[in-house]
Amino acid sequence: MKYLQLILTAMFRRKTRTIFTLLSVLAAFLLFGLLDSVRSAFANAASSVAGVDRLVTVSRISFTLPLPKSLLPRIQALPGVAQVTYANWFGGVYQDPKNFFANEAVADNFLDLYPEWLLPPAERTAFRNTRTGAVVGKSLAEKYHWKLGDKIPLQATIYPQKSGGNAWAFDLVGIYRAADPKRRSQENALFFNWDYFDEARAFGNGNVGWYVLKVTDRNLAQQVAQAVDALSANSDHETKTQTEQAFNAAFVSQFGDIGLIVGAIMGAVFFTLILLTGNTMAQAVRERIPELAVLKTIGFSNQSVLALVLAESVLLILLGGSIGLVLAGVVVDAVRAAVGTGVPMTSVGVAIWLRGAGLMVLIGLIVGALPARRGMRLRIVDALAGR
Amino acid sequence: MAARSPLRRLGSLIASLIAAAAAIALLAVAPWWLLLAAVLLLALWTLLTRIGHQAWSVTEVGLATIPQRLGACSVVVVGIAGVVAVLVALLAMAGGFEATLKQSGSDDTAIVMRAGAQTEINSVLDHDSAGLVAQAPQVLRTAQGQPIASPELVVVASLPKKSNGLDANVEIRGVGERAWSLRPDVRIIAGRRFGPGLRELIVGKGAREQFAGVDPGATLKLNGQIWTVVGAFESGDAHDSELWADSDVVAATYRRGSSTASVTVRLTGADAFDAYKAALASDPRLTVDVKTTRAYYTDQSAALAKLIRVLGITIAAIMAIGAVFGALNTMYAAVATRSREIATLRAIGFRAMPVIVSVLLETMLLALLGGLLGAALTWVVFNHYTVSTLGSNFTQVVFAFQVSAPVLWTGLKWALAIGLIGGLFPALRAARLPVTAGLREL
Repeated sequence: MKYLQLILTAMFRRKTRTIFTLLSVLAAFLLFGLLDSVRSAFANAASSVAGVDRLVTVSRISFTLPLPKSLLPRIQALPGVAQVTYANWFGGVYQDPKNFFANEAVADNFLDLYPEWLLPPAERTAFRNTRTGAVVGKSLAEKYHWKLGDKIPLQATIYPQKSGGNAWAFDLVGIYRAADPKRRSQENALFFNWDYFDEARAFGNGNVGWYVLKVTDRNLAQQVAQAVDALSANSDHETKTQTEQAFNAAFVSQFGDIGLIVGAIMGAVFFTLILLTGNTMAQAVRERIPELAVLKTIGFSNQSVLALVLAESVLLILLGGSIGLVLAGVVVDAVRAAVGTGVPMTSVGVAIWLRGAGLMVLIGLIVGALPARRGMRLRIVDALAGR
Repeated sequence: MAARSPLRRLGSLIASLIAAAAAIALLAVAPWWLLLAAVLLLALWTLLTRIGHQAWSVTEVGLATIPQRLGACSVVVVGIAGVVAVLVALLAMAGGFEATLKQSGSDDTAIVMRAGAQTEINSVLDHDSAGLVAQAPQVLRTAQGQPIASPELVVVASLPKKSNGLDANVEIRGVGERAWSLRPDVRIIAGRRFGPGLRELIVGKGAREQFAGVDPGATLKLNGQIWTVVGAFESGDAHDSELWADSDVVAATYRRGSSTASVTVRLTGADAFDAYKAALASDPRLTVDVKTTRAYYTDQSAALAKLIRVLGITIAAIMAIGAVFGALNTMYAAVATRSREIATLRAIGFRAMPVIVSVLLETMLLALLGGLLGAALTWVVFNHYTVSTLGSNFTQVVFAFQVSAPVLWTGLKWALAIGLIGGLFPALRAARLPVTAGLREL
């Protein structure tokens, strides 16, 4: 620690160069933070334990295929199942296809399984008692300036009315908000009553899109999932029951191999970074050969000189990298706040910082290695003579 | 350095920033011939004018010293190559996806779906409607007087991908008997066509590459029934990602009764589309939407292609910031090591202009080298590299990267822009070096 001042002075010997190098490191780790945030969002989705007491049952073939409602009592009767609900994707369009938000027909106990969404009890009752009622998230209501009592027209893309038209209208009776302000992206949805939906739609009656079930004990989740899927095994509507996260991950992995793409880009970035900072360090040491010789003359050992140069390069990368990661955190939070729905990014937390810090130290050691060795090996007489 | 008022320094900094921004803006919109003209003008200038000649000699000296500072110069080259490689790869990905879907459609075929459905997976047409839309006079007929129309049904099957063994969704398209004359691009490349009324499939080239167990001869279990793959086909577009079968048999297997999802028809000509659309809209028995297949497939690619492009440009922009600072470092160092030489040149009467041009030119040449390297690398590795992603029917769409000339050109322009910024400030510093101080420097 007592050499920190020495290292810092050496580092900022040429301010412009060091600042430019820091900015390059910063850019590299800003990118690392952003990409790793995306990558871990996908990776975590598969393994996260949060909400594991809630399982989703969809058609084994594709979640776009419906399931019969007759499964409901059979799932309910299974041991370990506390509650079952169901929903249908409606896919309605509000005014323009660009105004995308989730809208689903849900069973009347659907909201009971999502205690993380807060709906005032009076509005909850109103939703239950209004056939054409709908509830929306607070963010969505604010976006379109909806207030309680408004009629919300949706244009059907999948389910026309029995009368033949695509126009559906719902009465806004409730506005829910997410208990956790960080999850405001979940406020971008509209839910309406499944019973009304099933009565009014032209086809598909009696089919549901998916079931959501709550297990009595988290440790039973695996057994329950298997028991549910066994109900429909070898039928023409086989199911697949998994956690919501696994469901999301399986969906997303069909878009492409995110890990591979991120890995390839980061490979290119860090290769460039190593070359760039390596060059800076080599320059810095070359310029300071006489100074290093003086240090040796006054008694610094070869190892101390090696350590000093290595410490300088590691510190350089740590400094730039940390600022980059802080910045990445700010950007990720801003994007999540601004875009909300479905942005696959985790906030830059401990895991990303640990990985980032590991990379910083590693890269620091790599780029410092050659210059440090040169500093260690130099002979005092030659160096002082300028040879 | 002679003391100059901070205000003047700020002024000149702002002026050079504006100059750089203007040059980059010009670079961004300039077509290739304008840049070629600029290069020619530069060449003429160096050949014909005295100052130009001086600039070229100074540049030559600078270029001659590059082997002595190979490490520093490779920072510029590799840094820019990285930016260009990532940018070109992602743009080629977006372009390939777009091109694959665009090719799937044409202006003289039209797709009819239930009103509001937007995609085939959402659409259901009853038997009567499917028959009616094929009977319109704008639909081309065969010599026997049969309308060239194919009632089609899209269903989804889950198959393991070759790459990771995980199940992904593949599209099974049930097609009518006239699908072959509707899509003449479809060629059988192995085995034979499926037989009408049989549980037989043919597999698209892309689907065959991406999924395991779909080679001709293999059997698949679809909705509990055994199907045989009897052939493979190639169409060069999005249909390559599909498996095809007889539409009636698919409907029976998936219990769809006599309904279909869509009807695709060949029109008498591209100009018949408006009349066809009007005819369907005025028929009270129908509630359908009709689009040319080109419009239908182009719409499908728009959102994802845009997303990939935005991502590519964002990532490349952040990388470019890093590369700019790398170039600045290298060129400032180059100017510093040559300060004595530059001061000498100034002392014997060289003007500032040749010095500025030479540093700028040197950086731009290094940048160009980096750009070419990155572009060439991407072209070698990624051109025609095949991947698949999720299409709008929630099934896999197989497509190949297209490292096209416009994409490569964009990459090179980025490289030149980075070189311009990275070289401009060191060039100005070189020009401002006070001669006396420069001569004294070791």
